Amino acid sequence: MASHPDESGKKLGMWLFLYTEIILFGGLFVLYAVYFSRYFGDFKESGKTLNRLIGLMNTVILLFSSFAVAAAVTAIQKKEKKIALTGLATATLCGLIFLVNKYFEWGHKIEAGIYPNSEKLVSGPHGQNMFFGLYYVITGLHGVHIIIGMTLLIISLVFVLEGKVTSERFALLENSGLYWHLVDLIWIFIFPLFYLII
Amino acid sequence: MEAVPSFFETHSPSRYKGVWSWLLTMDHKRIGIMYLFSILFWFLLAVLLGGMIRLELMFIGQTFMSAEVYNSVFTLHGVIMIFLFIIPALPAIFGNFFLPIQIGTDDVFFPKLNLLSWYLYMAGGLIAIVSLFSEGFPDTGWTFYVPFSISTRTNVSTAVFAAFVLGMASMLTGLNFITTIHRMRHRDMGWMQIPLFTWSLYATSWVQLLATPVVSITLLLVIIERYFNVGLFDPAKGGDPILYQHLFWMYSHPAVYIMILPGMGVISEIIPVFARKSIFGYKAIVASSMAIAIAGSLVWAHHMYTSGMSDTAVFVFSLLTFVVAIPSAIKVFSWVSTLYKGSILMTPPLFLALCFIYLFSVGGLTGLVLGAAGTDIHVHDTHFVVSHFHFTMFGGTGFAFFAALHYWWPKMFGRMYDFKKAYIGAILLTGGFMFHYVPMFILGLQGMPRRYFDYLPQYEKGNFFAGFGAAFMIIGVFLMIINLWLSLKNQRDVSSDPWGGTTLEWQTPSPPALYNFITEPVVPDYPYDFSGVVERYSKDDKGE
Repeated sequence: MASHPDESGKKLGMWLFLYTEIILFGGLFVLYAVYFSRYFGDFKESGKTLNRLIGLMNTVILLFSSFAVAAAVTAIQKKEKKIALTGLATATLCGLIFLVNKYFEWGHKIEAGIYPNSEKLVSGPHGQNMFFGLYYVITGLHGVHIIIGMTLLIISLVFVLEGKVTSERFALLENSGLYWHLVDLIWIFIFPLFYLII
Repeated sequence: MEAVPSFFETHSPSRYKGVWSWLLTMDHKRIGIMYLFSILFWFLLAVLLGGMIRLELMFIGQTFMSAEVYNSVFTLHGVIMIFLFIIPALPAIFGNFFLPIQIGTDDVFFPKLNLLSWYLYMAGGLIAIVSLFSEGFPDTGWTFYVPFSISTRTNVSTAVFAAFVLGMASMLTGLNFITTIHRMRHRDMGWMQIPLFTWSLYATSWVQLLATPVVSITLLLVIIERYFNVGLFDPAKGGDPILYQHLFWMYSHPAVYIMILPGMGVISEIIPVFARKSIFGYKAIVASSMAIAIAGSLVWAHHMYTSGMSDTAVFVFSLLTFVVAIPSAIKVFSWVSTLYKGSILMTPPLFLALCFIYLFSVGGLTGLVLGAAGTDIHVHDTHFVVSHFHFTMFGGTGFAFFAALHYWWPKMFGRMYDFKKAYIGAILLTGGFMFHYVPMFILGLQGMPRRYFDYLPQYEKGNFFAGFGAAFMIIGVFLMIINLWLSLKNQRDVSSDPWGGTTLEWQTPSPPALYNFITEPVVPDYPYDFSGVVERYSKDDKGE
């Protein structure tokens, strides 16, 4: 098979894939938009019960992790292997902290009897049920993407370590980075939609 | 030049032998052939299921299966035909095989991803089979409408998951094709020199990327609802079932263009070759492919006129639906104009292509009856709708599939089939088709609903005729496939250009060599210039 050192082609493929991911979440945001306009009052009330501090923390954590990944991509191009490894490890760690925060957030709500099909939600106002239904579905799907993103970062980390990703061939690292930025970007939309309704 | 071994004899990667040289191959041609056989298997299975539906409906009351089984049979027929046959058939088989050749390169851009798509396709098919043998057959119809799909006790989750996996396979194929067309075209080939089949795949791939994720998330939501009862579509919990329909058709309407666009591309290849005449309006066909891709994404709600929508929405969607008819009609005009004053050489692929034009036009025109909100309310969810989309999907894409099969078969396998049997098969198929679907238009106008197990006595005659036609169709399909199969036993080898085509695949040996081209391909300035072909054939005539 003829080899393709066509890095920009690989990037084009990745961008197309990222685009499909955006549409995937887009479908959920459509649902959100419809129910938001229908149950504005309930959404506002329910949004206040979420912990804004944890939400803000998670936002900062993801932004920082994006910076770390971007630094790693630049570092590998400048042949700074150590910095690249540190960047990737930091970003993966940030992802883990994000998930731990999310675990406590979800756990707290579930303890309070707020989870899909719970007595409290079903008998409560419709808008509240929709809000938390979407909250669990969207943040849940986003969480799955965080896990996929972390897996990609770890794979890139191993490849950098083994010297398979170098300053000439870094498409894998760059594409994993792009994916991580996307996951981060989607959170930037989720955060205000759920935590900051005023 | 003919001594170079074909891709059947050369393994890629070369370290694998026997069955592994297929299962682990990254050669786009081998993957295309693997798709061919897996897709044919599903197609023939679904044809038989369709035949069972018609046989059951031939006589009033229960004929040979219960109403529950009937529900499962039409669901299976729909799911298999849509997700396992029509959507992947042309792009995955012929796109894989011919797209890289038509643009003068050796493979797709992501060969490993290509193989992964095939495995996803197979996994989707397997999951669909599993869904049959656990907790009962799904009985929702291929649309999986809520609330029934969430409340029915049959195994919808697995079937939905199968559709999700198949969607992923089709999305990755689309991604691969777009990247390939952008990055791997022969350096002499500009955008306006790309063959029309490849152009149509390009438009299709964009629709696949644009629309498939929406259905992925919608199907995921059905699964989530079934396990967690969130209530996003349940009015008792504040949800809205109509929203499901919107999300579903946001994908599934563009999906019908995923199905038909490659078919139109095939016809645009076949017609000029056998008319020995440059295609009429190359640029118009390219532009109309892209126009269909764009406008087709904005008409989804015309499936929902009776679901409850504002009059404004109905008006807008009806108008947009009429707009989509324009680019489709441009293509039909271009094909007919290409034939006008051409030197026509009748062959089975051309015969099937001509049937396509006729059947597709009927399908398109009856589509306008459904696109107009007023008439649609009368025939909504009747046999009229069933007949309409079979005219476009089967008479359109299905016939394009058979035409492509007969057109490229000699190139793929290096064997020519028997023309006479091919003609008989095609005539049986087309005749049976008319017998089958025309009565269904009338039944629909008279008010017979779709998907019903039983009907009033006045519908018996029409249903009887339809079942009669179905039998002819099935015989025709099997005859054509068997005829193609028999050709593999022929020793007669085919030259590299048996039809007199001008696109690049006819510059490769039949079947092509491992990296497709033996010598550097020569990209013509214009892909449909037949002056050389006409000259060559007239010389042959004088020589003999």
